[in-house]
Amino acid sequence: MNNYLQLSGLEPLTVTPETNFLNIGERTNITGSRAFAKMILNGNYEAALAVAKQQVENGAQVIDVNMDEGMLDGVAAMTHFLNLIASEPDISKVPIMVDSSKWEIIEAGLKCLQGKGIVNSISMKDGEEKFIERAKIIKRFGAATVVMAFDENGQADNYEKRIAICERAYRILVDKVKFPPQDIIFDPNILTVATGIEEHNNYAVDFINATRWIKENLPYAKVSGGVSNISFSFRGNDKVREAMHSAFLYHAIKAGMDMGIVNAGMIEVYDEIPKELLEMVEDVLLNRRPDSTERLVTFADSVKGAGRQDVKDEAWRNGTVEERLSHALVKGIVEFVEADTEEARLKYPRPLSVIEGPLMAGMSIVGDLFGAGKMFLPQVVKSARVMKKAVAVLTPYIEQEKLDSGNSTAQGKILLATVKGDVHDIGKNIVGVVLACNNYEIIDMGVMVSCDKILAKAKEINADIIGLSGLITPSLDEMVHVAKEMERLEFKVPLLIGGATTSRIHAAVKIDQNYSGAVVHVLDASRSVPVAGSLLGEDSYNNFHKKIKDEYAQLREDHKNRKQDKNWIDIQKARANHFKIDWNNFEPSVPAKPGITVFDEYDLAEIRKNIDWTPFFSTWELQGKYPKIFENETVGVEAKKLFDDANELLDKVVAEKWLTARAVIGLFEANGDGDDIHLENGTVLHQLRQQGQKGDRIPNISLTDFIAPKETGKKDYIGAFAVTAGIGIEKWVEKFEADHDDYNSILLKALADRLAEAFAETMHEKVRKELWGYAPNENCTNDQLIHEDYQGIRPAPGYPACPDHTEKATLWELLDVEKKAGISLTESFAMWPASSVSGWYFSHPDSKYFGLGKIYKDQVEDYAKRKGMDLTAAERWLSPVLGYDN
Amino acid sequence: MQDIKKLLTQRILILDGAMGTMIQKHKLEEADYRGERFKDFHKDVKGNNDLLCLTRPDIIEEIHREYFEAGADIVETNTFNAQVVSLEDYDMQNLAYEINVEAAKIARRAAEAYTLKTPGKPRFVAGAIGPMNRTLSLSPDVNRPEHRTVTFDLVKNAYVEQVKALMEGGVDMLLIETIFDTLNAKAAIFACMETFEELGHELPIMISGTITDASGRTLSGQTIEAFYISIKHANPLSVGLNCALGAKDMRPYLEALSDNAECFVSCYPNAGLPNEFGEYDESPEAMAKQVEEFCKAGFVNVLGGCCGTTPQHIAAIADMSKKYQPRPVPVLA
Repeated sequence: MNNYLQLSGLEPLTVTPETNFLNIGERTNITGSRAFAKMILNGNYEAALAVAKQQVENGAQVIDVNMDEGMLDGVAAMTHFLNLIASEPDISKVPIMVDSSKWEIIEAGLKCLQGKGIVNSISMKDGEEKFIERAKIIKRFGAATVVMAFDENGQADNYEKRIAICERAYRILVDKVKFPPQDIIFDPNILTVATGIEEHNNYAVDFINATRWIKENLPYAKVSGGVSNISFSFRGNDKVREAMHSAFLYHAIKAGMDMGIVNAGMIEVYDEIPKELLEMVEDVLLNRRPDSTERLVTFADSVKGAGRQDVKDEAWRNGTVEERLSHALVKGIVEFVEADTEEARLKYPRPLSVIEGPLMAGMSIVGDLFGAGKMFLPQVVKSARVMKKAVAVLTPYIEQEKLDSGNSTAQGKILLATVKGDVHDIGKNIVGVVLACNNYEIIDMGVMVSCDKILAKAKEINADIIGLSGLITPSLDEMVHVAKEMERLEFKVPLLIGGATTSRIHAAVKIDQNYSGAVVHVLDASRSVPVAGSLLGEDSYNNFHKKIKDEYAQLREDHKNRKQDKNWIDIQKARANHFKIDWNNFEPSVPAKPGITVFDEYDLAEIRKNIDWTPFFSTWELQGKYPKIFENETVGVEAKKLFDDANELLDKVVAEKWLTARAVIGLFEANGDGDDIHLENGTVLHQLRQQGQKGDRIPNISLTDFIAPKETGKKDYIGAFAVTAGIGIEKWVEKFEADHDDYNSILLKALADRLAEAFAETMHEKVRKELWGYAPNENCTNDQLIHEDYQGIRPAPGYPACPDHTEKATLWELLDVEKKAGISLTESFAMWPASSVSGWYFSHPDSKYFGLGKIYKDQVEDYAKRKGMDLTAAERWLSPVLGYDN
Repeated sequence: MQDIKKLLTQRILILDGAMGTMIQKHKLEEADYRGERFKDFHKDVKGNNDLLCLTRPDIIEEIHREYFEAGADIVETNTFNAQVVSLEDYDMQNLAYEINVEAAKIARRAAEAYTLKTPGKPRFVAGAIGPMNRTLSLSPDVNRPEHRTVTFDLVKNAYVEQVKALMEGGVDMLLIETIFDTLNAKAAIFACMETFEELGHELPIMISGTITDASGRTLSGQTIEAFYISIKHANPLSVGLNCALGAKDMRPYLEALSDNAECFVSCYPNAGLPNEFGEYDESPEAMAKQVEEFCKAGFVNVLGGCCGTTPQHIAAIADMSKKYQPRPVPVLA
């Protein structure tokens, strides 16, 4: 038996030691080729097929197909394209690499391949169990697989981690799954070098050494990788990139690399690389000298004349004023923009021409780059800042010209507002900035805007689109209300829905049918641009309107037809199956300092240490875990810049006391009584209980279960808290906005949110160790704090374990929060300032976070009665968790 | 059950011949196919040969016995079209499971009777899994090349039901045969593996493809080498060719398989090419002579017959093959 990797399309492909190197075509990859993405998104599959064919003609021995694109049904696109390929023998003669980060797309691809293809990829990122399960399925399909050097802790970024992860994966695959070892292809992560970050310097060397180790130690396994990653720092300078690819491959193939995803047109012949360039490139790749990156960067300019745009020199200042403005916009450089704009104003016949000409040209480059995934949100927001500053220079002159009012050059007017009762606006502001960059006129009405005000304003300015945002669940109802009002008042304009608790299914099931105009849920800022584009322009609007109405109607239908099997139990049964704690053998600990404690002007420097940065990056649509995110080949560099900016701003916030942190904490004697918690002072906290049908020995939990029931005769305790880090923020936000600096305004809000969360964490620790004192010797690192590796929980009203926001009213009264901490509640029970956190403390070692899941009418009726609320009101507040139609 | 692997290294094993040809000889009419049970069925069922496992089990068992009598070591169950997708032609999807169980039991009875008769020559039953009447790699509509009339899941689930029923009925091995679209075969392999895991035990899988014409490729376009690579993950007991070409035209492809296969190799051609009446008329002697070439060359471990072959053909082949050693399986590196 041979142990060669064998693949097939219509024809066989056997990888022998003589094969040297297998070229995998990369151009039918939607994430890598903008041209291909466009064809697929436009449904032009014939052109896309021609790309595949051309690749095979140009010598690709395998073709990589990737359909990972948010606007696309990836499963359908993969199936469609692979079925088409099957009909084209000139393409289907070669094996296919099914490439996706989504497992269901990979499976869909495998279902179309009669030959033996390659899966790209699986890894241990989601744990060993998933990894084994997927490998088994791949084996049943008879495909080879790429295994990324990833594990539960993330991407392997040095030699030791690479080989440890690959060895572990190999042993699991070969020993447990009985996966043929020759069908395992490791991708030990080709990461970008020459980024200016020192830890990245050894990436190429580590990859090459890991490759050698794998080939020597893991019999028959293969090594592959995405080659163009290595040279990302030199985007725009193909000469240097080609030299880097070829030199990298030269060394990696020598070490045993078997195949790679390569743009065959982007490789220089190794021997034809000019000697000087080769030496510098190899210095970088092989990490031969500390200054190799700077030397190559400097040299890169000379190789390419105009040179790479990233280079920190001021050569761009020598360009024409148009070039300078464009450069400043794309790079987000504010330094010279006012002078340059003034220069342009003097050069152009009218001030408006400066906007219509060079500024819009620059912004459209930004829009394109963002659309193609080549720029990231923080960069776009910086570009917008440059644009706003330039426009601010021109505005007085434009007004002086007394232009006819309404002579707007914008593509359309979009009215944005956070709905009544809600105070969260970071996401909405980002959407505004991104849309403004794409030449929409944005009228942002701010937060807590009532329906009548929104609609009156929309009429007044003749808005083309209305966008509503909200973060807390009661805002969903308010959005339904706005939609109904728009219908009643005979609005026709599209309604966009966005914000953390909104969803496509909610928009389809609850909002869409109330308004005859288009209702569109927008997942994030990046999606807002194509959506707005499709909604403006009559033809395109009509098409999109019909399409989205049909789509949502179908979603509603599916939702209605979903399985109605009873998979829940009566509340009485759920109560009987409560979470059991052996109270006889447990002594609740008595708080060291019972009653209410207030903290004012808490030290921001201390709070800062507890910041969990990961959600901060996600606010900016940069996905990845801190600090690993800095090593991410796509967003790492921008994430680092954003992080540096954030810390710089934070330095000022702390040193100059821009924000005031206040907290109020209370610890009270309490006992459980049914599903309620009775405090000794008479306050009653109403809790809800899971009603889902549970498996054997799995309880139906309620928070009440973590407090000793009164029948036990034991004294137990509960805590309550409200903290804010947002006091004083308005002044600074206003200041930034007056300076047209959305970037810093959003940055500050995002930081205040992080500080509030960190403050809640800080206070919780203080409670555990001192005020309540049930864990005096606890010693948690920040990481452990983030992962909540400590005793006790702090669930917040409005969130999964206790989704009723109205319980905040009880908390506010109990702690006198408004007076003691300066946080108020809106009519939807959002906290103001927005950067605030509140909740309950439970101390029992078994207490844990859980999601309530859906609840049913018997419980809701009982709950309403306990709360003295009428049923309709209770159902309204609980609507996101109702398991029945009310 | 004796270790078939061991037997395969000792001699060339003989598979049975055509089932359809033998059924034709009985000149059955609509009423025979219907039997008592389906006498009021709303649709004609004549031609649904697999249905005879329920309505005329006596005839099917008799045919199995004739082949065993002729010297076959292995007979195939009468289940070539017995899965929900193909049975839809007769509106008999709901009988798929039952037909397979019964078919396996009928063949099993015949095999056990003959094993008892000649204990030195144990007899085996292979569960026949046909290619299905719809295909996963080809579009029926030239204007919509991406279109398919079935999905992988549908095909796979149809095969899961068939495999389970065959196993319940007691077959010794599964034979995925007459493969003209490798993706359908892959769905069948997937179904076998899924079922093995669910039931906690495995049966040997035999795989047999079909080269449709002189292009030397399967109907779905694969070369024989590519075909083998695509099904190798089934870890088959044997791989081979059947149907379509007569023995003579099969030779180059069988040779290619024999060169590449890391398992046993099988071959069961038609009785020549169809004549002007669409009948296969190669005589038993002529056919035995053709396949003797394969034995001489050391290409095969399993021989049998497909369309047009009869117990006489099988007897001639069985007799001839006794003189030859089976193909040695390449030693594991």
